[in-house]
Amino acid sequence: MQNGKKLGRQTWQFSKEIRILGSAVSVGPLEGQGPLAKEFDHIHQDTYAGQNSWEKAERKMMRDAVDSAILKSSLTKDQMDVMLAGDLLNQIITSNYTAHEMGIPFLGLFGACSTSMEGLALAATLVDSGFAQYVLTGCSSHNSTAERQFRYPTEYGGQKPPYAQWTVTGAGAAVVGEGTYGPKITHATIGKVIDLGIKDPFDMGTAMAPAAVDTIKTHFQDLERGPEDYDLIVTGDLGRVGYAILKDIFTDQGYNMTPVYNDCGIMIYSANQNVFSGGSGCGCSAVVTYSHIVNGLNSGKYSRVMIVATGALFSPVSFQQGESIPCIAHGVVLEGRR
Amino acid sequence: MEQLLIAFVVGGLICVVGQLLMDLTKMTPAHVMSTLVVAGVVLDGFGLYDPLIDFAGAGATVPITSFGHALYHGAWAEAETHGLIGIITGIFEVPSAGISAAIVFGFLGSLVFKPKG
Repeated sequence: MQNGKKLGRQTWQFSKEIRILGSAVSVGPLEGQGPLAKEFDHIHQDTYAGQNSWEKAERKMMRDAVDSAILKSSLTKDQMDVMLAGDLLNQIITSNYTAHEMGIPFLGLFGACSTSMEGLALAATLVDSGFAQYVLTGCSSHNSTAERQFRYPTEYGGQKPPYAQWTVTGAGAAVVGEGTYGPKITHATIGKVIDLGIKDPFDMGTAMAPAAVDTIKTHFQDLERGPEDYDLIVTGDLGRVGYAILKDIFTDQGYNMTPVYNDCGIMIYSANQNVFSGGSGCGCSAVVTYSHIVNGLNSGKYSRVMIVATGALFSPVSFQQGESIPCIAHGVVLEGRR
Repeated sequence: MEQLLIAFVVGGLICVVGQLLMDLTKMTPAHVMSTLVVAGVVLDGFGLYDPLIDFAGAGATVPITSFGHALYHGAWAEAETHGLIGIITGIFEVPSAGISAAIVFGFLGSLVFKPKG
């Protein structure tokens, strides 16, 4: 690497002043009733978002987020050199169709729910390397499209165990480039695929927690940092089950995560919303990061945050054939102006 | 009135078995449904399901176990007249009303609601 610097095997340190120049989110009705609602750019009052299918509704939300992120960066879509986007649907159709509408050179990503930080890390890398001046990155999920793809047909009404999670309906997008305003992207830690043999597709928190632990611990070792160096460390969508497991594992290993640790899947809904163990999906970490966390860094509420987006890399076919669920987590460090 | 209560309790208990299978095992909803259908076949095979219907009425005919009972009855009736081939042709003879109704009402429902979801 000419401009960047690699620390350890998995952590990248960016050398330029790479910032999130603008970011925006669009969500569905349930998210719009949650505790972060006032920080969201678009809240749709029904899950169809004025479209005639849920797939089109998801696409509408990604388009909302992408358009508003570009607008807030004071740039135009013609200035975007690359768009990096992904989602949970087969062949990432939400991203593909949105990229067609945008007319921006496009690289599709699939990292399941880790796509948000996969996109942000790669966006910063492209800017740092000089191959792009401005990069648009985003991802989306929709509860009803994810349900019918990964679980049961929505009209079937299958019961769920309490440790299951609720896929977030929403999309988030960010414009990344060199600039003087906005959260600075300083580091990214790229995760390895971890599979401890969990086979229950409802138990995502338990399956993904070890991947998040591996990435966070590697990050600490690569940078010689600890939890005390951050105002906030968030995981993408471990929910209450995975949140507790992650804290327990870190406690066993001598790190006290409690003062700084939270999970986007817990933050996005309030305790009285019936979402089982918490939120999940690509949209979960993207919506929280590109609204609440970016705002917090810009306002000075936070000075350094690590977002660790967790993804379960299974397909409906793999779990139906009884295979276990491989998981991954990618971490990105954002710093505020202070 | 007494008959209503018996139907309610017996039908409810069959559903409790299904709920316990959902909550206490790793079975999917499809596994639970199939298990209850097979249970209906087995009970009928031992001659126990018809007395249950006499006792509980709709409490025994409405739950999915009665589908197993109907499968067994159809297969057995055809087997008596056509032998081994009758088992195959008879399986869906009695339950065909239920299956055809599901298709017809599914179609009617799709005309009114949004089949795309």
